[in-house]
Amino acid sequence: MSILGAQVNEEDQGHHHKETFVTKYIFSQDHKMISKQYLITGLFMGIIGIAMSLLFRLQLAWPEQPFGIFEVLLGKWAPDGVMDPNVYLALVTIHGTIMVFFVLTAGLSGTFSNLLIPLQIGARDMASGLLNMISYWMFFLSSVIMVISLFVEAGPAAAGWTIYPPLSALPQAQPGSGTGMTLWLVSMAIFIASSLLGSLNYIVTVINLRTKGMSMTRLPLTIWAFFVTAIIGVVSFPVLLSAALLLIMDRSFGTSFFLSDIFIQGEVLHYQGGSPVLYEHLFWFLGHPEVYIVLLPALGITSEIIATNARKPIFGYRAMVASILAIAFLSTIVWGHHMFISGMNPFLGSVFTFTTLLIAIPSAVKAFNYITTLWKGNLQLNPAMLFSIGLVSTFITGGLTGIILGDSTLDINVHDTYFVVAHFHLVMGISALYGLFAGVYHWFPKMFGRMMNKNLGYFHFWVTAVCAYGVFFPMHFIGMAGLPRRYYTNTAFPYFDDLVDFNVLITVFALVAGAAQLVFLYNFIHSMFYGKEAEMNPWKSNTLEWTAPVEHMHGNWPGKIPYVHRWPYDYSKPGFEEDFIPQHIPLEKGEEELQH
Amino acid sequence: MNVLLIFSVLVLLAIALWQITKIFELSQEKKVSTQVANNKDNNLNGKLMLAFLIFIYALTLYSFWAYGDVLLPEAASEHGGDYDQLMWISFALIFFVQTVTQALLYYFSYKYRGEKGKKALFYADNDVLEMIWTIIPVITLAGLILYGLYTWTDIMTVEENDETLVVELYAQQFNWKARYAGEDGVLGDANVRFLQDFEGKNLVGIDATDPNGFDDVVVQELHLPVGREVIFKMRSQDVLHSAYMPHFRAQMNCVPGMITEFAFTPKTTTEGMRQNPDMITKVKKINKIRFEKSKELLADGDVALDPYEFDYLLLCNKICGASHYNMQMKIVVESEKDYEKWITEQQTFAEFIQ
Repeated sequence: MSILGAQVNEEDQGHHHKETFVTKYIFSQDHKMISKQYLITGLFMGIIGIAMSLLFRLQLAWPEQPFGIFEVLLGKWAPDGVMDPNVYLALVTIHGTIMVFFVLTAGLSGTFSNLLIPLQIGARDMASGLLNMISYWMFFLSSVIMVISLFVEAGPAAAGWTIYPPLSALPQAQPGSGTGMTLWLVSMAIFIASSLLGSLNYIVTVINLRTKGMSMTRLPLTIWAFFVTAIIGVVSFPVLLSAALLLIMDRSFGTSFFLSDIFIQGEVLHYQGGSPVLYEHLFWFLGHPEVYIVLLPALGITSEIIATNARKPIFGYRAMVASILAIAFLSTIVWGHHMFISGMNPFLGSVFTFTTLLIAIPSAVKAFNYITTLWKGNLQLNPAMLFSIGLVSTFITGGLTGIILGDSTLDINVHDTYFVVAHFHLVMGISALYGLFAGVYHWFPKMFGRMMNKNLGYFHFWVTAVCAYGVFFPMHFIGMAGLPRRYYTNTAFPYFDDLVDFNVLITVFALVAGAAQLVFLYNFIHSMFYGKEAEMNPWKSNTLEWTAPVEHMHGNWPGKIPYVHRWPYDYSKPGFEEDFIPQHIPLEKGEEELQH
Repeated sequence: MNVLLIFSVLVLLAIALWQITKIFELSQEKKVSTQVANNKDNNLNGKLMLAFLIFIYALTLYSFWAYGDVLLPEAASEHGGDYDQLMWISFALIFFVQTVTQALLYYFSYKYRGEKGKKALFYADNDVLEMIWTIIPVITLAGLILYGLYTWTDIMTVEENDETLVVELYAQQFNWKARYAGEDGVLGDANVRFLQDFEGKNLVGIDATDPNGFDDVVVQELHLPVGREVIFKMRSQDVLHSAYMPHFRAQMNCVPGMITEFAFTPKTTTEGMRQNPDMITKVKKINKIRFEKSKELLADGDVALDPYEFDYLLLCNKICGASHYNMQMKIVVESEKDYEKWITEQQTFAEFIQ
């Protein structure tokens, strides 16, 4: 069955050897434990990332006003409690880095790929538990280095999360481009290695370790999403690694890959013949697929949760898989839409406009299919379901403005303004975050054997949903008014004085949204210990993970791994008493499997 | 004090929350909540879904009604008209799709909220439907792509002729300079290597061995004659910058080691834009805000803010360091006559280094 040896024997085995505290909770090779480790590390980083955004939102709403909290948290970088412009840029940079990579890549994909791939395809564990463990600990190490970079003398990296050289390459250009930048690059290099190990493991596991009967066309859409995400990661992350390495060379060893003709601080530098545009190409060759590395797992999670809670098959399974594949393919040939006005040849702009707008087609198909899945369903509005519906909503709202930004012509005037900030926060930030929350609420019983409190979940969702629109909707207007992003304050331009209301409004919504996340954290931690004990299949779901015992065990199932006899979406099938038929239940006599 | 206050509020919030959950738990003890949505939850949240739909619509309408006037005024460049038209077509389309899809999404979430004993419709596929919603986006996007590409090519094709004015935009941390070609109409060669020549008076690094450079004019304020095409050649001496002129729908990055280009024809003078009714309203509003703020400042013993008068702006729109937020240059669009008068008053490079 597998080239990878003994651990996939169909008979139960292997959970008799002694576990010490260290092998069980720290250097665990069990995918369920690793998934929890990813989740908790991701949430911890998320707290830092979100807290940073609240700090710089305070500065934007009440520019250059003293805040006691700045003095406490920022110390010498906020003399008399007024935030320093360099620190503002550092906060923006690290907020972006942490949210994109540490929370929404590792925290989301790391958690749920690890938890669900073996459980949903019917495998005892990942193909390589050891690699999986190494992958997590490299992620942990990179998180530690990123956090350490916040405490160095001149401050953390501050060149924006895209760290375009020469700003990021020259310590003379800004304080954040010194040691902070070096640590950023080291942290990211380790992060990429971690992500590659994880992705390879996911791919191999999905290809080799599916249980009997689990053909590719019977895979839950979650697995399709994780599988394709892993492939995109393997294709594109190494390119970012090369960019980071070349940047390290330019910074520390005097090469000129990205630098040329520079005069700074009264000095002509020796760099000749490099080009920052080359860096932009390398960065966005990962940077754009990264959007889908973040988004596809969230969409996969949503597909599963919407089908389960609508008590209906997901509409158009084949089209959903095809869209995932189409998005994955297109995502690797659209990176240039971040560079329409970078000085690259305008003809290339035309090409990238064409490929970019094509992505709207599979995205539209996905959105319509979700909506149709809801139609005539029997919607169980659990917190996970609310977040999934919320995801579809923000995915549409944010995705639509992509039609403007992906059009090279229209991009000219909204490029790098708040319009972009609104767009990507809705379509990728909020959507993926909703995916993460939905996943946590839905699979919490699987992870911790207990239920989260639903009323706190409802409260969490509604406050977050209102605030998410309250924060990001007005930003479209600010962007269309011509205000660039990454401005410490807009008071230097009287022309923007009428935007002051917006900034206050946005910040108030952001603070409330931040507070609502505390409710989630409380619910999460409290339920972990005191939540109601979960049943084996609380949501009456069809997928295999709900056939495994609540109490975690090494190898996932006692006895044989269940075989699979049907696709995962037999909900409310006519002629059956129950409104769900799990995948391991054989077809009844005369029952036809849906040709999907 | 401030911190203590915030801290105690947070602690109190946490305690309140803890108590609330306790109440939830105690009140549910008898029924032993499964923490799975029941009829009551479905009903309540289904209705909230509908309310949320109304919230999104209301937010959209309110924003346009109350804040529509912050948007940029009519374009001040010739290609800007095409730009705005494409923008509004795209927007109309987006609004239509947004309105319809959000309505369906939230309405279905409300209408089909679960009820015990009800059974969902087993409906897994419909090739015709899926074909329809693949083809419709394909056709719409094909139209948008073609329209967009046509406009893009139009804007980005830069051809010099006798009439065009060539201006170099020179970016550095954290200010802008502009260089005009002078009498001969040709910009002299330049490189950052020459910046220290002439005791630092060579502000944009003009190559003194190139005779074309001596009549060049380097200024800190950009003046443009109305109705004449301007080709901008962008340079940067240190890090990436981006020359953003929102009123002209124009933007291009300035890249060290390379010269980038963007061209447009200004069609409204600064004075003309000041007379634009939208602009008059906007400036009035801004001045009201500034007046209110001045009152506060005066009360604190500070200096009042100057009243604001509209001017076109060149902003830096690529993160470039600490003062990125204040890297700006004034743009003046004026009649050909006024422009000629202004340019002859400026010192040439040869005069400046004397």
